[in-house]
Amino acid sequence: MHIMEGYLPPLHAAAWTAVAVPFVIAGGITLAKTLRERPETRLPLAAAGAFAFVLSALKIPSVTGSSSHPTGTGLGALMFGPSVMAVLGTVVLLFQALLLAHGGITTLGANVFSMAVVGPWVAWAVWRLARGAGASLPVGVFLAAMLGNFATYCMTSVQLALAFPDPASGFGGALAKFLSVFALTQVPLAVVEGLLTVLMVTFMTRYSRADLGRLKGAA
Amino acid sequence: MRNTLLILLAILAIVVFPLLVVDSEFEGADAQAEAILAEGGHEPWFEPLWEPPGGETESLLFALQAALGAGLLGYYIGVRRGRSASREEPHLGGAPGNAGH
Repeated sequence: MHIMEGYLPPLHAAAWTAVAVPFVIAGGITLAKTLRERPETRLPLAAAGAFAFVLSALKIPSVTGSSSHPTGTGLGALMFGPSVMAVLGTVVLLFQALLLAHGGITTLGANVFSMAVVGPWVAWAVWRLARGAGASLPVGVFLAAMLGNFATYCMTSVQLALAFPDPASGFGGALAKFLSVFALTQVPLAVVEGLLTVLMVTFMTRYSRADLGRLKGAA
Repeated sequence: MRNTLLILLAILAIVVFPLLVVDSEFEGADAQAEAILAEGGHEPWFEPLWEPPGGETESLLFALQAALGAGLLGYYIGVRRGRSASREEPHLGGAPGNAGH
């Protein structure tokens, strides 16, 4: 889901940055408020950030013959609400842009939007829908984290197709092309992310229910 | 506990399966998308501020990212398990009434 440094045309880079910044600011305000009012959330917040940090470093082989990575942003979105993940996801993407030349500064806005905004919000929405439909805690968490991860990669494909429509087949053709790179590859990895997120939630259910935050009511 | 083991096995199977049946170098999807753009004649207009000098340093930094995340996550899991254990067995956790703080 990393759009590499310098590839997005300046107008697109600026537009996605403008879209992402309010989410990061709102997330920062929510994060500061959470830490002030409930200082005991410091450790679970750090754990949610660490989960995203380690998962997004793991490039895992997929059945399509290419590799991609989980993002780990669903867990924190379910525990603390999707807003705070805009901040934690941005930290991960900054680390990778500055130290690994993976992603970039000019593409940071677009990458933050797909990984740290769309992924967490989709995870959160799927969780609410799954609960409404009567899904159990593990099933709901699995679906939420899996589809949140998948949504991130679909968003990246949309961003690339908007910036680089196919000369012949336009936006649709380009979208199909980029989805063929990202979406199919991502299916098994999204499942892995869903399963790992279930493991973390199962651990918290057993050892520290308070850390489940917004999931507590369902445990 | 048994479910946890089953989930870990499922994850292992999903990750290992492609390595066994697909003959490929498993190039990154991000790099493949970059290649599509390059093929279409699109050039980056901005270079990374700093790049790892080579593959070794890059893998060092990726490993560092994973290690920092896994280390902190392991610390969290240890703290929570320890706290829970001292709650369940207060006689091992010092004076009665002093446990589970």
